[in-house]
Amino acid sequence: MTLLGLFNKRASGSVARERLQLILAHERSETGQPDLVITLREEILAVIAKHVSVERDKVKITLERGEGVSTLGLDIELPLTAAKGRNEVRTETRADAKSEKAMPEKRKQAA
Amino acid sequence: MAKVLVVTSGKGGVGKTTTTAALGAAIAQGGQSVCVVDFDVGLRNLDLVMGAERRVVYDLINVVNGDAKLNQAVIRDKRLETLHLLPASQTRDKDALTDEGVARVMEELREKFDWVICDSPAGIERGAQLAMRHADVAVVVTNPEVSSVRDSDRIIGLLDSKTVKAERGENMDKHLILTRYDPSRADRGDMLKVEDVLEILSIPLLAIIPESQEVLRASNVGCPVTLNNPLCAPARAYTDAVRRLKGETLPMTMPTDRKSFLDKLFLRRAA
Repeated sequence: MTLLGLFNKRASGSVARERLQLILAHERSETGQPDLVITLREEILAVIAKHVSVERDKVKITLERGEGVSTLGLDIELPLTAAKGRNEVRTETRADAKSEKAMPEKRKQAA
Repeated sequence: MAKVLVVTSGKGGVGKTTTTAALGAAIAQGGQSVCVVDFDVGLRNLDLVMGAERRVVYDLINVVNGDAKLNQAVIRDKRLETLHLLPASQTRDKDALTDEGVARVMEELREKFDWVICDSPAGIERGAQLAMRHADVAVVVTNPEVSSVRDSDRIIGLLDSKTVKAERGENMDKHLILTRYDPSRADRGDMLKVEDVLEILSIPLLAIIPESQEVLRASNVGCPVTLNNPLCAPARAYTDAVRRLKGETLPMTMPTDRKSFLDKLFLRRAA
């Protein structure tokens, strides 16, 4: 215990360095993330705008990070007029960013 | 052509205002004209550290809003005629600063002075981003302490993305000033070393400011440390920093104040 205490006390500067290196590596890799969501949002909006007019604040895009897989969530509220022909007021699509297998099933649900 | 320098850190209380005053006074001592600008709207302190708190009539927001002219708001230092201060407002909040207004004032300051030094508020929000927006050079003030280093890393990210220079695709010139450094504690391994901080932040070192009573002594009397006691260790470190900013290459030394054996013994016990 005393030996450990002595060791810890001596190494506090290097403990600080290691902790910082770890947390900053993590935070720096994340800084690109919000921009990715913004880019995706703009491009998805542009694609939708070709076919239906949607209000910007009715489009919600989230990026969730799980273990080994990230989930891109799209929640797009379509206006009544645009969805008339499809008998749908709201379409929800959840696409798994990494797993391709999940995609066809979800598409079926949406159709 | 004037140089606009921002003194920033992310974290509060690491020595931005002390550094702004010390660098400003050291440059002014060399004969060039300097204006130090307080961007900490609502929590101004540069006026106090410069000893001009009773001479404030108009402030940055008055000039930004067009209620006062720049030369009405700028206070000339009583000790150095080349040193000037543009205080922040104490009563308004930082939302009163408009992007266009700040851009216009910075342009006018560039025309009138050789150096414009912007003292950033703490944080990474609007106030801090406005202070760095028009800078040509950035001085990042960091303590050898984990939270300060982490916040400096965030600020460096903002300097590379949210400034006019960065938006033009140019490289923001960034320098590190490591403040409150205690070489004896670092030697014992109880403090992040200079090399540790440099390795983590990877920006060039401008100065190491040793922990010193002289810094508090200077702010107590409202005088930049480089003016109050030019020969003390922190003042010499700031003076060297200015020479490096002007392009000189100097060896990086660890300035120390001479202490008696008894002083050392006492300090070591107290630490």
